[in-house]
Amino acid sequence: MEKELNVVGARLPMMDAAQKVKGTALFTDDLILPGMLFGKILRSPVPHAKILNIDTSRAEKLPGVKGVVTGRDIPDRKYGIVPMAKDEYALAKDKVRYIGDDVAAVCAIDPEIAEEAVELIKVDYEELPAVFDPLEAKREGAPEIHAGIKNNTSFAIRKEFGDVRKAFAECDAIFEDTFYSQPVNHAPLEPHAALAQFDPLNGELTIWSSTQIPFFLRRNLSNTLQIPESKVRVVKPKVGGGFGQKIDLYAKDFCAAWFAIQLGKPVKFVYEREEVFISTRQRHPMYITVKTGMKKDGIILAQKFQAHADGGAYNSTAPTMIALSCYFLMIPYRVPNLIYEGYHVYTNKPVGGAMRGHGIPQARFAVERQLDMIAERLGLDAAEVRIKNSIHAGEPHPAKFIINTCGFSDSVKKAADAIGWKEKRGKLPLGRGVGLAGASFPSGVSNMSHISSGAVVQLGRDGAVNVLSGAADIGQGAETVISQIVAEELGVPIEDIRITAADTGITPLDPGTFGSGVTVRAGNAARLAVISVKQKLFNFIADKLEANVADLVAKDRNIFVKGSPEKGMTLSEALKSYQYADLPMPIVGRGSWMAPATEPTTLFKEDGNFAPSYSFMTQAAEVDVDLHTGKVKLLRMVTAHDCGRAINPMLVEGQLEGSVVGGMGQALYEDVIVEKGQVMNPSFLDYGFPTFLEMPEIEAIEVETDDPIGPFGAKEAGEGTQLSPAPAIVNAIYDAIGVNFMELPITPEKILDALEEKKNRKNSRSDQCISHC
Amino acid sequence: MKQAIELNINGDTHEILVSPNNTLLEVLRDKLGLMGTKRGCDLGACGACTVLINGDAYLSCIMLAVDAIGKEILTIEGLDEGGDLHPLQRSFVENGGLQCGFCTPGMILTAKAILGEEKHPTEEVIKRKMAGNLCRCTGYKKIFEAVMSVTEQSGKEF
Repeated sequence: MEKELNVVGARLPMMDAAQKVKGTALFTDDLILPGMLFGKILRSPVPHAKILNIDTSRAEKLPGVKGVVTGRDIPDRKYGIVPMAKDEYALAKDKVRYIGDDVAAVCAIDPEIAEEAVELIKVDYEELPAVFDPLEAKREGAPEIHAGIKNNTSFAIRKEFGDVRKAFAECDAIFEDTFYSQPVNHAPLEPHAALAQFDPLNGELTIWSSTQIPFFLRRNLSNTLQIPESKVRVVKPKVGGGFGQKIDLYAKDFCAAWFAIQLGKPVKFVYEREEVFISTRQRHPMYITVKTGMKKDGIILAQKFQAHADGGAYNSTAPTMIALSCYFLMIPYRVPNLIYEGYHVYTNKPVGGAMRGHGIPQARFAVERQLDMIAERLGLDAAEVRIKNSIHAGEPHPAKFIINTCGFSDSVKKAADAIGWKEKRGKLPLGRGVGLAGASFPSGVSNMSHISSGAVVQLGRDGAVNVLSGAADIGQGAETVISQIVAEELGVPIEDIRITAADTGITPLDPGTFGSGVTVRAGNAARLAVISVKQKLFNFIADKLEANVADLVAKDRNIFVKGSPEKGMTLSEALKSYQYADLPMPIVGRGSWMAPATEPTTLFKEDGNFAPSYSFMTQAAEVDVDLHTGKVKLLRMVTAHDCGRAINPMLVEGQLEGSVVGGMGQALYEDVIVEKGQVMNPSFLDYGFPTFLEMPEIEAIEVETDDPIGPFGAKEAGEGTQLSPAPAIVNAIYDAIGVNFMELPITPEKILDALEEKKNRKNSRSDQCISHC
Repeated sequence: MKQAIELNINGDTHEILVSPNNTLLEVLRDKLGLMGTKRGCDLGACGACTVLINGDAYLSCIMLAVDAIGKEILTIEGLDEGGDLHPLQRSFVENGGLQCGFCTPGMILTAKAILGEEKHPTEEVIKRKMAGNLCRCTGYKKIFEAVMSVTEQSGKEF
């Protein structure tokens, strides 16, 4: 698999890193247009109510107010990121369904006036009974949140693979346990923002938005505003982190566009931090019961899995989230017989959406925790159990996934070795422990309508390479990775590449940043485009050099015959003679790429190969539990990740490290606390995600495979690593104090309660003290 | 009532009309267009709005503009040296100490303040003093390495 590569595989800084350190990188809220107005959203103060009347007259009269809009003014068009799941209006039409629901918006000459005007809007609500727990919401007689949705269950799937009844009958041991995974906010540092401008002369709307999905946003705006897609241009400026939360249309996008169209002036909306917490998206809280049947030696024969996801007030990505949490139970472990029952249930709470891992981390928490519990009960080594059950490349898969490369069992071994598994597991003093957990994630989505990417590469007379890509860089470095791919293929340094990305008015179609598919999908599109450019140039040069096209190589800004560097010319000479031969410039190459899918699938209805490739990873944690304060310190996290070939190892490490710390937040600190529908901690002061002080030692181990589909063998690296830090940490806590936690997060209070309970139990049997046991 | 004040920002004196309740962040961003100072929470909890006042790190979102009168204010726009990146900026770039870039100006200025107090702070001091600057992308490791790599270059003045 050794290929001689120069730019791919190099630890290059992001192309826009200098802008970012100089403070010149512009995010949506940094953009100013002449005559710009400012908007503000009025949100529901009640969890569930009919809107009887909205009186906007006082707000309209406030000097400086330029417009007010409510749900009754806007077109009767629902939106949603998953077309089959649309259930939301940009502004509530007749009902509000959670505290924070978008009710009305104002637009004024400055933000303070807009804020004052919002408070002058009087809404008469008729409060309705509300429900805050998915298990209660699913019961007969629970308040109906969306008309006609029985038991508040907007999506339910039941899937069976293999012969589960027969397989359970053949098991030596069967275990059933119930777990809970809490709501987590993505908390990107940049609050959501939108700035819209409308040209009444040609009817064109331009919107700059903090979005991960410019083209989906264009479609949703076109649909909700009832103007053609061709008249909507979505531009993505720098985006200050997304993690899935910026995969949706929000009221700020719609209302900025609405006012811009109505008033003919640019309008900006910026959410406050509290709005980001309450009114955008969060990781779905989920109740999970998992029943696992095994042979004595630890081989999994069958699983039955039941999940209730608390969707909050709307669907957002509901069907996708449920499907992912189902199908990814059959990877990275061989689970030949599986029953999955999943329910997405509405409650009068903040809305669940895609968040790094998207439905899978909750499932992994349950499975990886239970595997450890079973290993303990059967007297098996937890790492060995994982290796034994590991799926391997080329194996048939119960849901028809095609696994071309798989470094999973390697990742378990490497992570275990690096954490010192053999020396430490079960052998450390009370309060110290190690644990591990595995996972797998798709590199994008195979064939779910319009999931394809385009790219254009133009090579000018001076050798400058101009790349157009639809990919949305949200801080992960997509533009850099795509540029590295183009530079490698054309044999030029990255400095020669200029990339314009994520502007629906200029760049080719791209679905956006989700499902960890950007490198593979947009990277392959860019590679096809630059190969096309190279072929045009090579066809011309081959004649000049009296060589075969197939023998030409582009490297170090030179083109020459393979093996004879003296027989060639510089790229610059080649371009000059191309031009002097009266051939048209610039040389343009186009590429479009969609994952090969012999059996296309959305997974909603039929099985099939969901992704072009799958990454595999194991996290191994070492923790220290303070027995007096209950505080858990993650000392060290090893993450062994098979992400194929890393296009940029420094950026890959950054993804892994960020994922680990985010996962640690979910394990130990983070929880969106909701009481009667009210978020109690919607600020950075109260929510508390990890800081420098909690940063563990992180060791990233590469498990390299050479994937045949990804560009230069790359697979995903952005999301998979956030699947299993939480179970690895909780498994390590078990090793440290012998308590099996089933509900996230593991707060000091829970640790102290558990230690107390353990002590009482022991005391009732003997006089042993916890500190001696 | 608005009043005219003078602020010394990045070596320049700006005369600005402000309300007494205007924060320094509002003045920097909304009145002067110095967009490198970011608004992440407006509550003094994330550090994205960090600026240096007489060399010390301050949260400009919870500081009144009038309290900065007569002091030297340094924002990220004033850090580079005649177009060349400051050693901290260069180190963040080279060590991959950033992803989305939103927290980056605040991180760099906080690090500068720390290095202004002591040339060779310990790892613990850096972690403790940077704990008020939040990052959701990097997991902090590469930011930490970027700062450490500068402290290890001996004899430099920051």
